[in-house]
Amino acid sequence: MEYLPNIIFAILLIFGIGFFAKNVKKLRRNILLGKETDVSDNTSKRWGNMAKIALGQTKMVVRPVSGLMHVIVYVGFIIINIEVLEIIIDGLLGTHRIFAPLGSVYDFLIASFEILAFLVIVAVVVFWLRRNVLKLARFIKPEMKGWPKSDANWILYIEVILMGLFLTMNAADYQLQQLGAADYIQAGSFPVSQFITPLFDGMTASSVILIERTAWWLHIGGIFFFLNYLYYSKHLHILLAFPNTYYGNLKPKGEFSNLESVTNEVKLMMDPSADPFAAPAEDAAPPDKFGASDVQDLKWVQLLNAYTCTECGRCTSECPANQTGKKLSPRKIMMDTRDRLEEVGRNIDQNRGKFVEDGKQLLDDYISREELWACTSCNACVEACPVSIDPLSIIMDMRQYLVMEQSAAPAELNAMMGNIENNGAPWPFNQMDRLNWAKESS
Amino acid sequence: MNVPTMASLFAEGKQPEVLFWVGCAGSFDDRAKKITKAFVKLLNNAGVSFAVLGTEESCSGDPAKRAGNEFLFQMQAMTNIEIMNGYGIKKVVTACPHCFNTIKNEYPGLGGTYEVVHHTQFLKELVDEGKISLEGGTYKGKRITYHDPCYLGRANNVYEAPRELIKKLDAELVEMKNCKSRGLCCGAGGAQMFKEAEKGDKEVNIERTEQALEIKPEIIAAACPFCNTMMTDGVKNKEKEASVAVMDIAELLARAQDL
Repeated sequence: MEYLPNIIFAILLIFGIGFFAKNVKKLRRNILLGKETDVSDNTSKRWGNMAKIALGQTKMVVRPVSGLMHVIVYVGFIIINIEVLEIIIDGLLGTHRIFAPLGSVYDFLIASFEILAFLVIVAVVVFWLRRNVLKLARFIKPEMKGWPKSDANWILYIEVILMGLFLTMNAADYQLQQLGAADYIQAGSFPVSQFITPLFDGMTASSVILIERTAWWLHIGGIFFFLNYLYYSKHLHILLAFPNTYYGNLKPKGEFSNLESVTNEVKLMMDPSADPFAAPAEDAAPPDKFGASDVQDLKWVQLLNAYTCTECGRCTSECPANQTGKKLSPRKIMMDTRDRLEEVGRNIDQNRGKFVEDGKQLLDDYISREELWACTSCNACVEACPVSIDPLSIIMDMRQYLVMEQSAAPAELNAMMGNIENNGAPWPFNQMDRLNWAKESS
Repeated sequence: MNVPTMASLFAEGKQPEVLFWVGCAGSFDDRAKKITKAFVKLLNNAGVSFAVLGTEESCSGDPAKRAGNEFLFQMQAMTNIEIMNGYGIKKVVTACPHCFNTIKNEYPGLGGTYEVVHHTQFLKELVDEGKISLEGGTYKGKRITYHDPCYLGRANNVYEAPRELIKKLDAELVEMKNCKSRGLCCGAGGAQMFKEAEKGDKEVNIERTEQALEIKPEIIAAACPFCNTMMTDGVKNKEKEASVAVMDIAELLARAQDL
C-alpha cells in the first residue's frame, strides 16, 4: 500500500503521455495526407526564423498589448515547466520537493515560478476581458461562433485553474513548513502564495496536508488533461508554432510557385518539333489535377499551417476584403482546412486506414467561391500571422482548381483572360497599338 | 518623344543598358500613359540608355496567374522570356509593381533571369548618382502621403526608395495609419481590377482613400498604375479631386524638373 500513490502516478503519467502520443501520430498522418513539397533548403535560415519568430515572439509584439500579455503567458508556460519536471520526479519516487537541495537556487526558482504564475493569471484575465467584455472585433467574427469561442475560453479557464492550484499547493506547503509537519522540509520562497497562507491559520496540520495533496494532484492531473486537450483545440499552436515557423515560406511574399505540370505542357506546346498528334505513352501517369479542391490536393506544409492556427484573427483583421464587409476571412480558410482535414482523418479511422469517398470536399462544402474570389492577394494576412501561416497560398490553389479544372472563373475574369490570350493585354486593345503612347503628345 | 525600341537598336547593332518594361496599363490606360511618358522624360533627361519592346511586349501574365489561370500565365511568361532572351536583356525596369514582381520572381523558374528593378528604385539610383537633380522646390513643404503598392511593399520589401524620393523633393512626407508592411491594399490586386468586388459594405479603395484623406495630404503619391486608378476613383468619390491630387512618383519627379 505504501507505493500506491507512486503507482497511481505512474499510471496517470503513462496514460497522459500515451494518449497524447497516439493523437500526435494521427496528427502526423493527417498532415502527411498533403502533397510533397521540398523544404530541405536553407536549414540555417529556417532555424533562424524559428528562433526569431516562434522562440523570440518577434511577430507577436507587432501588436504591443496582446503581444506583451502573450509573452508573459508564453514565458510562464516554459519556465513553469521546470517545476513540472520536479513534480513528475516527486510523483514517481514518492519524494517531496526533490530539487530542494539546490538551496538558494531553488528558492529563486520557486519565487520566479510564483511571480510568473501570478502574471499569467493577470494576463489571462486581460485576455478573457478582451474576448468577453470588450468583445474586440476579431474575436466575434462569424467563424468564431460556437466551439471556437468556447474553446478559447476553456483554455483561459484551464490556465487560471492550473496557476491557482500551483499557488494553493505552495501556500499550503509554506504553512506546513512553518508548522514543522513531517516531510515538509524548509524549502522555497513564496512571494505570491504567502498571501494565501493566512487562510490556513487555525487549521490542523492534517487538513492543510489534505489541501496541499489535493492541489498537488489536481495540478499535475490538470496538466495531463491540458496536454491531451491540445489535439482537440486551437491551442496546438504552442507546439506546432515551432515546426511551422521552421517550414515557413522563405521566398519573397509576391512569388507564387509555378506549377510544374503546367510548365511541361506549355513547353510541349511551344516546341515546334513536338508532334501535335502524338498519343501519350501507354505507361504515362494521368496528368496531375490542377489546383486544389480538397485537403489532399494541398501541400503538407499548408495542412501543418491549418493545425498551427490558433484563431487569433490578426490575419482577418488586416484583410482588406474582410474590413470592407466581404465574406472572406483568412482565418476561416485555415479553420475550414483543419475541419475538413479532421473529417478526412476520421473517415480514414473509420474505414480501417483508407479514405472512402464521402461526397464532400473543401471547396463549396467548407470554403465558398465567393470567399475565394474576394481576395486581392495583397499578402496582409500572411504578413500579419505571428507564426508564418500562409492562407493566401490555399486561396490561390483553389482558384487554380476553379479556373483550370472547372472553367468557373467569374465572367469578367474570363473576358480579361480572353483578352490576354487574344491580344496580349487584359483589355481589348490591339497589341500593334502598344507603342501608340509614344506618338501622342504629353 | 524619343522612345527607342529593342528592334530598332538591334538593327543598328546596339544594346541598351536597360529595358523599360511598359506593361499593359502603361501602354493603354490613359492615366497610366502619363506615368509612362513622365518616366521616359526622366530617362531621356538623365541620358539613360534604354529601350522598350513596343509591339513585341505582351502582358506579363500577372492577372492571369492571380486569377488562377496558371496555363495562360506560363504561356505569356514563356513568350515574353523568349523575346527578352532573344535580345540578350540583362536589366529590366518597370513602373508597374505587378510586372516587377512577376518578372523578378516568377520568370526565373521559367528560364528568364534578369536584374529587375522598380522605377522608384531606378530613379533613386539616378538621383544618388547625380543624374537627376531635384532643385527648384516645386513640392517644398507640400504634404504628401505615400500609398504602398502591395506587390512592391509586402511582396518584395521595397518601402524606402519611393519614400526617399519624396523626401528629396523637400516635401513633408506624412504616413497613413496603415503603412509599409501594414499598408492597406487599394483593392485592385489579385485580378480584382478586372471584376466587380464581391458583396460587402464598402469598396476597398474607398476605405484606403479615407485613410489617406484622414491625414489631409495635398498629394497622394502612388507607385503603381492600378493603385493610381483606385485612389483617383476614391478621391473622386469623396469629391476631393480639386484639393487632393493622386500622382505617381515619376510624375512628381518629372514636374519637379519642369519636364
